[in-house]
Amino acid sequence: MTAAAPLLRVRDLTLEFVTRGGTVRALDAVGLAVAEGETVGVVGESGSGKSVMALAVMGLLDRAGRITAGGVEYRGRRIEALPERELRRLRGPEIAMVFQNPRTALNPIRPVGRQLVDVIRAHRALGRRAAEAEAVAMLRAVRITDPEARMGAYPFELSGGMCQRVMIALALACAPRLVIADEPTTGLDVTTQAVIMDLVAGLAAERAMAALFITHDLALAAEHCHRIVVMHAGQVVETATPGRLFAAPAHPYTRQLARSTPGEATTVATLETVPGNLPDLTDPCLPACRYAARCPLVAPRCLTERPPRTEPWPGHAVFCWNPA
Amino acid sequence: MSGATLRHIRHVVATNPVTLAAVLLFAAILLAALLGARLAPLDPLQTDVARALRPPSAVNWFGTDHLGRDVFSRTLVATRLDLLIAVSAVSLSFVAGCAVGALTGYFGGLADRVVGRLVDVLMAFPLFVLAMAMVAALGNTVANIIYATAIINLPFYIRFARAEVNLRRAAGYVLSARLAGASDGRILARVLVPNIMPVMVVQMSLNMGWAILNAAGLSFIGMGVKPPTPEWGIMVAQGASHVTSGHWWVALFPGLALVVTVFAFNLLGDGLRDIVDPRRRT
Amino acid sequence: MGRVSLRFVLGRVLAALPVLAGVVVLTFVLMRLLPADPAAFYATGPAMGPAEVEALRRQLGLDRTVAEQLLIYLRDLGTGNLGRSMVTGQPVTEDLALRLPASVELTIAGFLLALLVALPLGILAATRPDSAIDHLTRVIATTGVSMPTFVTGLVLIFVFYFLLGWAPDPTSRYDLFLPQSPRLTGFLTLDTLVDGNWEQFGAVAARLVLPAATMALFAIAPLARMTRASMLAALQGDFVRTARALGLSPAKVLLTYALRNALIPVVTMMGMVLSYMLGANVLVEKVFAWPGIGSYALDALVASDYAPVQGFVLVVAAIFVVLNLVVDLVYAAVDPRVGLG
Repeated sequence: MTAAAPLLRVRDLTLEFVTRGGTVRALDAVGLAVAEGETVGVVGESGSGKSVMALAVMGLLDRAGRITAGGVEYRGRRIEALPERELRRLRGPEIAMVFQNPRTALNPIRPVGRQLVDVIRAHRALGRRAAEAEAVAMLRAVRITDPEARMGAYPFELSGGMCQRVMIALALACAPRLVIADEPTTGLDVTTQAVIMDLVAGLAAERAMAALFITHDLALAAEHCHRIVVMHAGQVVETATPGRLFAAPAHPYTRQLARSTPGEATTVATLETVPGNLPDLTDPCLPACRYAARCPLVAPRCLTERPPRTEPWPGHAVFCWNPA
Repeated sequence: MSGATLRHIRHVVATNPVTLAAVLLFAAILLAALLGARLAPLDPLQTDVARALRPPSAVNWFGTDHLGRDVFSRTLVATRLDLLIAVSAVSLSFVAGCAVGALTGYFGGLADRVVGRLVDVLMAFPLFVLAMAMVAALGNTVANIIYATAIINLPFYIRFARAEVNLRRAAGYVLSARLAGASDGRILARVLVPNIMPVMVVQMSLNMGWAILNAAGLSFIGMGVKPPTPEWGIMVAQGASHVTSGHWWVALFPGLALVVTVFAFNLLGDGLRDIVDPRRRT
Repeated sequence: MGRVSLRFVLGRVLAALPVLAGVVVLTFVLMRLLPADPAAFYATGPAMGPAEVEALRRQLGLDRTVAEQLLIYLRDLGTGNLGRSMVTGQPVTEDLALRLPASVELTIAGFLLALLVALPLGILAATRPDSAIDHLTRVIATTGVSMPTFVTGLVLIFVFYFLLGWAPDPTSRYDLFLPQSPRLTGFLTLDTLVDGNWEQFGAVAARLVLPAATMALFAIAPLARMTRASMLAALQGDFVRTARALGLSPAKVLLTYALRNALIPVVTMMGMVLSYMLGANVLVEKVFAWPGIGSYALDALVASDYAPVQGFVLVVAAIFVVLNLVVDLVYAAVDPRVGLG
């Protein structure tokens, strides 16, 4: 594997869901890349397609989801072309995922130790004893105190933060090269959020794992990621390092988002929310740039022509007809 | 009924032809119940031992029974009695259950707890056995079959109405009615009860098929309806002994009428549920 | 899982007691309301004059006040005395004990048969929503709840006994021409097995099939429906997605993760279905002339012999209460979130 080839590449991924209410065009030509050991943040409002993209990367889309163009490549292999059996070998030892809402993401009626052993033994030829020892080690690695005693605990007996640590232990149990964390701190209190983020970022760095952080919190992503991809309504609008993104946001949406981020606003008075709502993705006549309806700088061609990719700076890309 | 509701109903019926079939079947059964006696080709009580146990033919479409009576006419005429028993029983438990459930659910307190306990005790009986015992105790008449069936259904209605009212008593529209100065009685009668009506009606239609089965089961074991009155349960019971000798039509045609009727009510109930509350579909 | 606490078990048992007491009182009230004076009914013989009727009434305790009768009744219950059947002349307790195994054997056989069909059907329907098997499940479910057990039984007799000749004579429990096994449990399948009486075991099992299938046909519907619905919900659950995202095998995801969670509500449904079957027993036993407690009570009912009916109602209600208790405990054993209080 050459250094130039990224670990994960999402190329022009276009995806729709067929539902009773109509066809939801969830992703529109989404592209991004994650290099070995790199931490990338995907930022956007809820409904921007971040989680759907993560599920597509895992090959976990449900029946209603359909990729109509583009695809996902992991170490040069097309994920959507792999048979289920191959995908299963990938999930866990290669790509693993930390979900939001750790309480519901864990099996409520199985002790957490058993769940860890299940994952370890699914991918490694270990006996029960060895797998249990490995599971205890994983619990210790995510800083759970008294891991031997916690092995027998059910999720409902643990706090939310503790459940998320278990979730992280599950994801990292088979030492994946890439971990995807989908809103890993949603539903946790603020102090726990910081601890969990530090834990994931620390473990990723320690084990030289690549990570894809999915969050609606720009400040949180900026703090922990090498690079940030901003998504809006199923489209990527801008990609840059956190520094560039805050210093010189080029897309009108990113500028709004940066202004609505508490960390960067100096007073409450300057804290704004992004005006307008996400467009209805079942609408068959969506504008070419899906931010058009909310954009203060909207021009006629934003509605009809796909915004071009421009690079205001090396490694900083923006999709807009009127970039700053 | 608003235009949107009508559109929704049309949509449900259009996308679910089974519901439409159920409606048509239901209409046919209703027709048989109303006009059965006039439509019957032969006298359902006329015996003719010389023509006993004849198989289905052009004259006797469903054959004749052990006394030579026309099974088709008897099956048709029986529709009214079977439906009457089920509808009366379900209406009784519906009205009483709604009232008791709504009151206890709204006011709570000691009465609520006492009724709750009574409902527990009632539900601790296998219901068919309870109905059997009640008919035995009250006397072997059709009216008592209706009361017994009504009583064994009552706990479900009480529980359901109680839960639905309890769920809504702190709802915005109830609070606003109270702020507007409405009395408890008014809130119950004008706001809460109309609000729980749709779900209760769905419950009732789903319950109807069960009530028919229950009443027919009671007459099958010889309670309530007395021969020679045509009634499906008792007709099946009288035909049962002829099945092993191959005279299947005596028992199976009234049995089939029972199955079709219950089937129609169940499908109708499912369809109604889709109209009222599409999320509960399983 | 063995984590159910003693306190939980005790709490459940205590909660069942008032219901049981209510059942006892209600049964008493119901039976005393019987309009037919059983003494007068039995005193129709030519040798019976008013004096004899009065003697019989005294013997039955019918001349006391209702309160006294209730007290006597409770005392008798405490000593296991349910009165004497006038039809068989035997104590009701003995009659019931003699016939209960037949009913229980039939109910259990029907229940197991229903589970055997309903669980796979519900699981398959849930894993393939809107497929042919899903529609088939829905049709079976709706048809099943629309079929009165007594009609199902007759159809089965007609098809399998009269038309095809596969089933043995539907009005006996065992082959009269084969040697009988000694009574140990009263469950003929078990007794013949213990005895090593294979021929009779085959005959007994063959005679159990049709009535058990009749019971099962009704029970399949709610069980399959519930399994499908809760399996569907479990498969859409976050934890199943987690299990798949971690590369667990499909069998592990389906059985250990989805199914075990889905079975929790099904356990409740099983309790309801079993208790319904206890009631439906009466009808099935009548159709198949099955010598259980249901047909015993029916015969007594027709003869206005109320001690057996009362005993029957009481026994069935008691089984029902115990059954609910068992369901609660099983529920607590399956779901670690319950049963620690």
